[in-house]
Amino acid sequence: MNDIFQHLWPEYDPGRFFCELTTPRPDAGPVPQWLAERLQGIGLEALRARACAAETDLIDLGVTFTVYSDATAIDRILPFDCIPRVLTAPEWDLLERACIQRVKALNLFLGDIYGKGHVVKDGIIPADLVYGNANYRPEMKDFPVPHGTYVHVCGIDIIRDEKGDFRVLEDNARTPSGVSYVIENRHLMLRTFPDLMAGIKLKPVDDYGRRLRAAMAEVAPGGHADPQVVLLSPGIYNAAYFEHVFLAREMGVPLVVGADLLVDNERVFMRTTSGLKPVHTIYRRLNDDFLDPEVFRPDSMLGVPGLIGAWKAGNVAIANAVGTGVADDKAVYAYMPRIIEYYLAETPLIQNVETHICREAEGLNYTLDNLDKLVTKPVGESGGYGITIGPRASKAELEAVRATILANPENWISQPMIGLSVGPTLAEEGIGPRHLDLRPFIVTGKESWVLPGGLSRVAMKRGSLIVNSSQGGGSKDTWVLAEPFGQGGKA
Amino acid sequence: MNQMRDPGLLARDAEGLFWMARYLERVENMARLIDVTQSFESPGFETEAWFGLIRINADEKNFLERGFSADATHVKRFYLLDRGNTNSIPACLEDARTNARTLRPLMSTEMWKQLNVFHRFVTRITPEDLEGDALSRLCTRIKEGVQAHTGITQGTLYRDQGWHFYELGRYIERADQTTRMLDIKYTALLPRGAEEKRVAELTQWNAILRGAAGYHAFKRYARAQFSAEDVVQFLLRDPSSPRSALLCVRRIESHLDDLRRHHGLSAVAEAMERAEVLRELLVEKPLGHILATGLHEYLDVVQIHLQALAGAIGRAFFRDWRPEAAPAVQLQVQTQVSA
Repeated sequence: MNDIFQHLWPEYDPGRFFCELTTPRPDAGPVPQWLAERLQGIGLEALRARACAAETDLIDLGVTFTVYSDATAIDRILPFDCIPRVLTAPEWDLLERACIQRVKALNLFLGDIYGKGHVVKDGIIPADLVYGNANYRPEMKDFPVPHGTYVHVCGIDIIRDEKGDFRVLEDNARTPSGVSYVIENRHLMLRTFPDLMAGIKLKPVDDYGRRLRAAMAEVAPGGHADPQVVLLSPGIYNAAYFEHVFLAREMGVPLVVGADLLVDNERVFMRTTSGLKPVHTIYRRLNDDFLDPEVFRPDSMLGVPGLIGAWKAGNVAIANAVGTGVADDKAVYAYMPRIIEYYLAETPLIQNVETHICREAEGLNYTLDNLDKLVTKPVGESGGYGITIGPRASKAELEAVRATILANPENWISQPMIGLSVGPTLAEEGIGPRHLDLRPFIVTGKESWVLPGGLSRVAMKRGSLIVNSSQGGGSKDTWVLAEPFGQGGKA
Repeated sequence: MNQMRDPGLLARDAEGLFWMARYLERVENMARLIDVTQSFESPGFETEAWFGLIRINADEKNFLERGFSADATHVKRFYLLDRGNTNSIPACLEDARTNARTLRPLMSTEMWKQLNVFHRFVTRITPEDLEGDALSRLCTRIKEGVQAHTGITQGTLYRDQGWHFYELGRYIERADQTTRMLDIKYTALLPRGAEEKRVAELTQWNAILRGAAGYHAFKRYARAQFSAEDVVQFLLRDPSSPRSALLCVRRIESHLDDLRRHHGLSAVAEAMERAEVLRELLVEKPLGHILATGLHEYLDVVQIHLQALAGAIGRAFFRDWRPEAAPAVQLQVQTQVSA
């Protein structure tokens, strides 16, 4: 930390972790210093008051996820931290290229495993990991999708280690959520903290809805000048319902639930006041399992009977495609660097976190020998469930994990404990360091486009490494500097 | 405007708009009824006055089944605090908000925000708010909550098909509530002495007119020595009073006509016929005859016609498409975990 920060925030100590504000980065120009000075100028009291008002604003506006109790719906907000996370122009350039590279590889991989399966035949990845995967959908076999795009919307979880290097932690290729917060957080910052942002040029985040709609139109079955796009939501009882509303509004398309759609003669229609209206692209926020009770879960009330049939007949596009879950599986993740090299003949622009695969003897032994040093994760879960952080676990907890892994090793991976970077965060003790990650969102129709920045999720508890909203994480506005500040000087 | 395309309206959203408006209108009118009932209270007869409210809402069975007994405090709690009573203000507002939740893609942010804040206010009503002079203030706040909603809607909701369905719901509910307001008189007790009776009746009619926001307008237009007939005429047939049944039905006809003409919804035919029958029912019979043969019975018939009209709209645009789903919002207990 340099002298300016030590002077402004004498108590602030990121320790051995990379700090997204105070660790010197020449290409950040004067922005971190400005931010710290401006925050100091506002003062802690006023900062807390404004942050509190901002949170009330979010509740009133309904930028919320909803928890249901017996009598009423309780709206909860994703805790918002008002101190932004800053990405420099060169950092963003790298992140953007790395995300596009990764999505390209994911799509080629999916096209291959649902086609000829070269990647398996060539021994890049074990067959049972692909074909035996719970998320592999045989229905997709030999069914080509427009532009080879399976993963239309992808969220890639990226962290920064102690050295300041970015690493990919996880791919989310099914129905990743959180993008609405990226845009709402920016609006909130503009309303509540215009003085923090004054004079700092940022890449805008408003274009997401237009880009998403354009991508949905690009993948629609041919012959429609203005295809009917809809957003398929599980409905108001889904925790991410606000995001569905947000995206439908930003795209300017109807938000439908399963009961609004019907399939007739392998074509999809929505029920309107003037009768049945054809639907061409469905941006679905419903898991594969629920999409079509005739093909998947027969008890699904949320889906549309016959939908998969209509899709296979080429009459409707579904985004993301069915069966993408095999690509973002935590076990397949371990093979991603090899998958990227295999299809693109490129090295990954951002590396994975080192991963030990417990289905392989070597990985299992290493994991069991080093349980107290490793983070162990079940491969099928999302949302931070089932994770054990070795160095923070008790002996008894570690023994329990050992037993669970041994009972079902192919269900587990382990990774070294990464010292996630921190950002200054408004906390009970004042401005303190909190761990965070980044989830950029990539939209792909014909081509890929990355929303500048992404969702910075922050663990609001001191020392905690778990940033998931379901585990008490919050979020920050993510600033991508539009100006490429040179080495030590102004742009 | 040939650059703009008609995005159409989901049947489910049309139904949601219709019911959101109905529930909110019901909330406002319930607050009006409670406020009026309070002025019907006369020393020694509090219970009768308040139980009248139960009767005009046909809630006798529900009231007793939910463990309440016939006294003033219980009736107030039944309508202002009891979420388990589907006709209570908190329950109606909850239903309105649930519908609004499904409609958020169509609603303005301002509409949602106001409804959300209003909902929070109503969930925080306490038994103390129902006591003494606090009750009237509470009713005023509730009325104003709905009025703010109506104003924001008027000023921000896009006037496509959805607006017409919203207005249909509002006017059907309002016409229904006006007939109930009139019906209070039917259940009210009167003193025996002739002069006392005349004064008491006058007080009651004035209260009803105030409840229906028509007191001053009525005074300007009515004869100095007005009769019961004049008040009934005003509330049922006045062409200009915003809460008269006739004005509501005319608005309904106009919205149905707009849907047919400007949005090509020819399925309004049955509803239009029913609205016409209802309009005739309202204007045809001499009032003297109605009062002589029984106002209460007549109001019942009007209410039944309003239900039939709502049914015709529902069959044409909502339920026809999803015969299995009666309520606007299905309880979807299925959930899924998303990444």
